[in-house]
Amino acid sequence: MALTRSGRVRAIALVTGTGLLLTACGGAKVGETQQPAAGGEGGKSCGTFNLAVNPWVGYEANAAVIAHVAEKNLGCKVVKKDLKEEVAWQGFATGEVDAVVENWAHDDLKKKYIEDQKVAVSAGPTGNKGVIGWYVAPWMAQKYPDITDWKNLNKYADLFKTSESEGKGQLLDGDPSFVTNDAALVKNLKLDYKVVYAGSETALITAFRQSEKQQKPIIGYFYEPQWFLSELKLVKVNLPPYTEGCDADPAKVACDYPPYELDKIVSKKFADSGSPAYALVKNFTWTNDDQNLVAKYISEDKMTPEDAAAKWVADNADKVKAWVPQS
Amino acid sequence: MTTVAVVAARLPARRYLLLVVLAVWVLGWALFNGRDTLALGGAELTPLHTSLNEGMDAIDDGRNSNPFFLYFINYIRLFLDESVTFVQALISQASFGRPVPVLGWLGVAGLATAIAWLWGNGKVALLTAAGFLSFGVLGLWQESMDTLALTLTAVALSLAVGIPLGVWAGLSDRFHRVVTPVLDFMQTMPTFVYLAPLTLFFLIGPASATIATMIYAIPPAIRITAHGIRQVSPDTLEAGASLGATSAQALRHVRLPMAKQTIIVGVNQTIMAALSMATIAALIDAPGLGKTVLKALQTLDVGTAFNAGLAIVIMAVVLDRVTSAASRRVEAERRAGRLRTTRRRRLELAGTFGVVAVLGYLSYTYVWAAEFPVQAELGHYVRQAADAASLWVQDSLAATTDALKNVLTNTLLNPFEALLTGSPWWLVFGVVVAVALLVGSVRAALVTAAGLLVLVLLGLWQDSMVTLASTLVATILVMVLGVVLGVWMGRSDRADTMLRPVLDAGQTMPAFVYLVPILGLFGPTRFTAIIAAVVFAAPIAIKLVAEGIRRVSPTTVEAAVSAGTGTWQLISKVQLPMARSGVTLAASQGLIYVLSMVVVGGLVGAGALGYDVVAGFSQHQLRGKGLAAGLAIVVLGIVLDRVMSAATRRADVAAHGGVTHK
Repeated sequence: MALTRSGRVRAIALVTGTGLLLTACGGAKVGETQQPAAGGEGGKSCGTFNLAVNPWVGYEANAAVIAHVAEKNLGCKVVKKDLKEEVAWQGFATGEVDAVVENWAHDDLKKKYIEDQKVAVSAGPTGNKGVIGWYVAPWMAQKYPDITDWKNLNKYADLFKTSESEGKGQLLDGDPSFVTNDAALVKNLKLDYKVVYAGSETALITAFRQSEKQQKPIIGYFYEPQWFLSELKLVKVNLPPYTEGCDADPAKVACDYPPYELDKIVSKKFADSGSPAYALVKNFTWTNDDQNLVAKYISEDKMTPEDAAAKWVADNADKVKAWVPQS
Repeated sequence: MTTVAVVAARLPARRYLLLVVLAVWVLGWALFNGRDTLALGGAELTPLHTSLNEGMDAIDDGRNSNPFFLYFINYIRLFLDESVTFVQALISQASFGRPVPVLGWLGVAGLATAIAWLWGNGKVALLTAAGFLSFGVLGLWQESMDTLALTLTAVALSLAVGIPLGVWAGLSDRFHRVVTPVLDFMQTMPTFVYLAPLTLFFLIGPASATIATMIYAIPPAIRITAHGIRQVSPDTLEAGASLGATSAQALRHVRLPMAKQTIIVGVNQTIMAALSMATIAALIDAPGLGKTVLKALQTLDVGTAFNAGLAIVIMAVVLDRVTSAASRRVEAERRAGRLRTTRRRRLELAGTFGVVAVLGYLSYTYVWAAEFPVQAELGHYVRQAADAASLWVQDSLAATTDALKNVLTNTLLNPFEALLTGSPWWLVFGVVVAVALLVGSVRAALVTAAGLLVLVLLGLWQDSMVTLASTLVATILVMVLGVVLGVWMGRSDRADTMLRPVLDAGQTMPAFVYLVPILGLFGPTRFTAIIAAVVFAAPIAIKLVAEGIRRVSPTTVEAAVSAGTGTWQLISKVQLPMARSGVTLAASQGLIYVLSMVVVGGLVGAGALGYDVVAGFSQHQLRGKGLAAGLAIVVLGIVLDRVMSAATRRADVAAHGGVTHK
């Protein structure tokens, strides 16, 4: 094998080459320039704060701002964990998650982990109001002004026919993370529609985007606050208004979705620890506009969540001051 | 379906019987349309789903009160966590009180190149160097190293477990029979089903991600090792035995050395499988490139997702080429006997590792060699280009692709699905079992009957039929592509060079990366799901067909050419028939790959089983249903695989048994 010989020559050349490099441009040594102390050795009273990060931008905004304040003002060492909701809640039981900072109802999880296992407690609302409903792209609301009333939906059912909807109008459903009554709604409101499961938020957003661009009619399930609404202001269709208890029997639902008070959940252990981070999570509230702004920094301006949070915190010092525990 | 056609063409009587069965089906469908279809709405549950849910809750609650289980699991978890963290400390994370890992980019790239050179060859060493540098150039050095750390740990452990089990399965028929269905189960059960429960036992962190990766990566290691051990020729073994070798000696000195090359192919496949889990494992906080892809997807940032996906593809290609080169070298050395003297080899090793040591020292000591220089990062160009490409495709092609989607959906998918879902379940049951009997064997028919009954019991009959329809349509498309491109690639080396990187990318680029553009083109529909499945499954089918074509002996081809056979005739009358085993293997592998995309399909509008699994992962009360849907996918996979392999065997027997063609 001739390779060996030429290989050795090459190796020798390499050694000499690197030797030269070594002497010629040594450069800065690792650890010579003092890096800013990694994280928060400082906060003795705070310690480590395990913050779940659920996979949507609004949540990321809450988490980034809370993490920023916890690190900078309280000296906590914040460990962010990227988790789906259900896995995050399990983390309360296994002691690996301290806080979930934007929770959409999840009554079944509350029952299991707060009431039954008693490993989690509520830390109050985030101040954000969640809305779930049926939406159309703005061009449709302009072209068909009366489409926003559910009573007229059957009139437009033909517009929404697709290859998936078996000759009926297509109602595009389904970020799988959200509970939906849409199949029952369609049936109980006697709408000539078929629910088609898009299967992910990505699919829903892409469908609405293409609807606006290609003027392709789409009606589908969506929710606020959501970063995409600042790109495209979807218009909500009015279903029969929600009244207390009208959704008690999922099979008989014939009314709109209830308004959601988004809230924060923390582990029991964390709540009892007296950590300043717990006080911060408990005090944290802001408005939909606040969240939308940070979400816009992340999604449209492509800032990292850390930078987005730093910018917002710098601009809203008074709001932040109210969250930080005074002791 | 192609196999059905092939077999039917060979056996006239059976073909008529098949036609009769199909006619009965269509007639029955027309008569009973809509009756006994066992439909179940998206949020509806059967008692079985509820009790599965309760069962899972019970396990959750029992977790803390079962000390043996807890300690046992706990030690495994600790071991895994420590292993991954250790490798991370070496190459990706700040460690041992330093702001950077032990080995910087220069050291890691040098070490990887040296390994590629010493056990592969000069060409793959160059590729390795370029590949590792590109991680830095894409601006994803640390993420790439995190992924590499997790993948390497999972692969090492998979091989440590898989190769011994594979040897055992190679030696013992009984163990082989026991382990095969278990491996089928591990490969087809969607990861989403067990991802959340895993974190209950192994907690959130590297351990859970490693276990999830291993569940998917061990099966190829076991299967291919067993295959390698089994294919050692009995003559060689007899020769050994006649010289008085004990079975242990035969294993050590005959079987293992002769199976070495095949085992390296197993290593290669294990690496690919492990890497394909990078994105999904990120859902439970696995560090690395997968996280970048998922985060980007939240804001539909195609560019960033593509950039990270590209790094995964590069890593896969580098690891693939190096292991393949190593396997070829092992084979060449075995054939040629030992050419090199050990002294030379020792010198080579010492020299190379000397260089690596220098590079390692530099990257340990100096900042410029430890952290990849920011000035050299070009990731944003890749991001912008990918963004622009994705946008252009969606804007300018959407009208055409929409029409294509409508035509194919209305002419192919909808009628087929209507037939499967609109007929009463007992009719479909009878028809499918009859088809399995006609194209396969009695055994295959029995497996089919049992499988279909399980689908009914799982309460997901109709969803299973919808998924089955899409799966079969996708498999047909995969085989059309497989045969057309495979023949081209098998006949032309230039086509091979051109296509291979594209195929590698199709196989290893995480589906999440291209979801946005294909959603833009085809909307959230079953067709989009089919396209995603085809992108993933066609490469393996194309490669296998090409491999089959290439293995047709050149003398046969030459003889046909000199007899005046035209190109078209040569392909259809000589090359394809002689590559039949390659084509059937391509069909069965293509099918398995299509099935493994069912869950991704659920994310883009396929509904049915895929959506059930995804929703089960996201909503607590749907967990039981998600588990049932996962089982249904496994059942579909096993039934289709058994029917196909029975049909293949029958075709082989027919071909070799003197049944005349035509």
